[in-house]
Amino acid sequence: MLRYVIRRLIQMVFLFLAFLTVTWFLLYILPGDAVALKYAGNPNIPPEAREVALQRLGLDKPVLIQFRDYMVNFFQGDLGVSFNQYPRPVTEIIGERLPRTLVLFLAALVTYYWAGFLAGKYLAWRRGSRGEMLITVSGVGLYSLFLPFFALMMIWLFSVQLDLLPISKFLDPEKWRDAPFMANEVFMRLFWVTLTAAIAMFAASFAALRTNNRRLERTLRWGGIALAALWFLFYWFGTPSGQDMRVYAGDIGYHMVLPVLVLTLINFGGVMLLTRSSMLETLREDYILTARAKGLPEGVVRDRHAARTALLPVVTSLVLAVATVIDGGVITEAVFSWPGMGEILISSVISEDIPLAVGAFSFIGIMALIGHFVVDVLYGVLDPRIRVTEHG
Amino acid sequence: MMNAVETRTEDPDIPDVLGAEVDSWWKIRLALTRRSFRENWKIFRRNKVGLLGLVIIAFWAIMAAMPTVFFATGFWNPATYDPVTGLELDPPTRTMVMVERITDPNTEIDRRAALLDGRIPDTLQIGDTFDLPLQPAPPDARHWLGTDPLGRDIMSQLMHGARASFFLGILAAVVTVVIGTTIGSMAAYFGGIVDASLMRLADLLIMIPGVALLIVIGGLFTFQLWHLAVVIGILSGFGGTAIVLKSQALAVKVKPFIDAARVAGGSASHIIFYHLIPNVMPLSVLYMMFTVTGAIQSEAVLSFLGILNTDTSWGLMMNLARTQGYLLQVTDYWWLTVPAGLSVTLLSAAFFLVGRGMDEIVNPRLRRR
Repeated sequence: MLRYVIRRLIQMVFLFLAFLTVTWFLLYILPGDAVALKYAGNPNIPPEAREVALQRLGLDKPVLIQFRDYMVNFFQGDLGVSFNQYPRPVTEIIGERLPRTLVLFLAALVTYYWAGFLAGKYLAWRRGSRGEMLITVSGVGLYSLFLPFFALMMIWLFSVQLDLLPISKFLDPEKWRDAPFMANEVFMRLFWVTLTAAIAMFAASFAALRTNNRRLERTLRWGGIALAALWFLFYWFGTPSGQDMRVYAGDIGYHMVLPVLVLTLINFGGVMLLTRSSMLETLREDYILTARAKGLPEGVVRDRHAARTALLPVVTSLVLAVATVIDGGVITEAVFSWPGMGEILISSVISEDIPLAVGAFSFIGIMALIGHFVVDVLYGVLDPRIRVTEHG
Repeated sequence: MMNAVETRTEDPDIPDVLGAEVDSWWKIRLALTRRSFRENWKIFRRNKVGLLGLVIIAFWAIMAAMPTVFFATGFWNPATYDPVTGLELDPPTRTMVMVERITDPNTEIDRRAALLDGRIPDTLQIGDTFDLPLQPAPPDARHWLGTDPLGRDIMSQLMHGARASFFLGILAAVVTVVIGTTIGSMAAYFGGIVDASLMRLADLLIMIPGVALLIVIGGLFTFQLWHLAVVIGILSGFGGTAIVLKSQALAVKVKPFIDAARVAGGSASHIIFYHLIPNVMPLSVLYMMFTVTGAIQSEAVLSFLGILNTDTSWGLMMNLARTQGYLLQVTDYWWLTVPAGLSVTLLSAAFFLVGRGMDEIVNPRLRRR
């Protein structure tokens, strides 16, 4: 297992280097002397000034030297300075935005995978019911809904018509006017508390998947959820710093509900359909017939014999879906003005803040790579065949 | 065609009888295609989901053809109905009464008076009535879906948007299939270093979030519709499609007829283009459908964000509603957002449904017992 993980890790490092190279050369070969012109902000600048601008940006050097400088600077954590938020370095902006994206992204990912898997499992179990086509069509409908339009309809329904949730943004400035904390401070606290709770829950349900005792499995699963909920409640109500920040953290959480809901609903359909077809294939296997013939209860056959095998293609799809899910996150952030990586990518691209755009894109790439790595390892854990054969 | 001629000249030993058959190879292929099409249509027809998709695509194809008919028959006047430069000069009006300006900025009347600034003659006295032109205008007999804030017909924009979507989707799909089958077959046929390098590149392309990449490229450089189609085609053709098609081509490569072709002296390019690619084609058509779905959605997202440089598209219609501030007034100005948003959803869903219908033809395991 360790060898498998290390192999994957080395591959990821090489892929990341390739990704950075491709990104850089892509921006380099595209036509136009865009950088120098945008920097001067004037197409009619005198040639001497142009030369100076090119020199100061290091654009007069040979291609390979420029490329080397870029790579060296990248790994020293120097991504340049944002043009729009002038003296702020790109790394600082990204450091502030990255956790916000991660929280949105992870919350949605966990919710929709879980819900989609459950729904798909039950759908396959009741194959042939009258609503089957209806469900397939609505699943496809959810999957191919135009995201900005769907987000808009959700905002309109929940924020404009029902007035239940905030329209967009990350917090309500009126509430924060005389807050004793920085928004980021509160947010990071929220991030760590939620992350620890999620890890506890995930570990418990993973242990539940490994046991063979049905009662223990149930105890572990519900125990994990209860433990996470208790830790969450204890932090915000039991500790002094948690009590102070509670109101503000709640405000951030309140602004998060709608984006997470939109992302969940959009991605839910795909997972559901995939689980359904994978379950249907598994149900035709002989060992399912054997399990039934043994007289095992329906629930056991479904959950322990069929669903576990059916999970594998769904996890494989996650490998392919990481990029798609990140794309969905980028669009959702743009529609909800959620100040994360996607929003910064779009706003920096539109305002031609090139260092920030390249930095944000690189980090979105890193997110995708890490996502792949995690899913790969998870896949190795779930499917012993992968570990043993060690395919390329 | 070129290749067929080449193979004949390369192998002068082939007897004349075979030469005569090679002459009409396309007839044989056509007959084969027709037969397999008929059989596949039978399977496809059983699947109601795929049929539904086809019906929706047919509907949009008709919609896309409509403006040509309307302009040609004179039913639509280009000055009014052109999707980009058209303008309704005689919009519906609402009769209003001039009232005294109230200085409290929170009252409804004052807000309206402020909106009217510059749009009514100064000579009006308090108590006079006047007609206020409504733009965006709600649907009526002349504009079936109303007009946008610039006085252009929504229906016409919707139909032209369908055209743009078809153009983009089909171009992207063709690029995907050409690249995907070529790369996949080459990787499978040559193996070794060619395979390894092509597949590592494909791995990388799968991981890159496509929309984020398109935003970066489209935002920093002028990006037109066909550029977008080609980039999407390359991303999907070189990425996921190539990987899937390679595994299919590997299964074909070990079949006896490939060995036969090689023994008969077929060159690598001959075997790839005449034996491998035709056999992975059915699967690539499936991925073509999914590429169309992705392409339509990406285009709509980019135009919605105002990154794409294009004249008419569904995303652009929503972008206009957004920049003009009508985005959240869904109840009052639904025709500005809902038709465009629904169209993107419907057409991309239709291609996806057809793809699912084809899935049953390509993967016999999925068929009903």
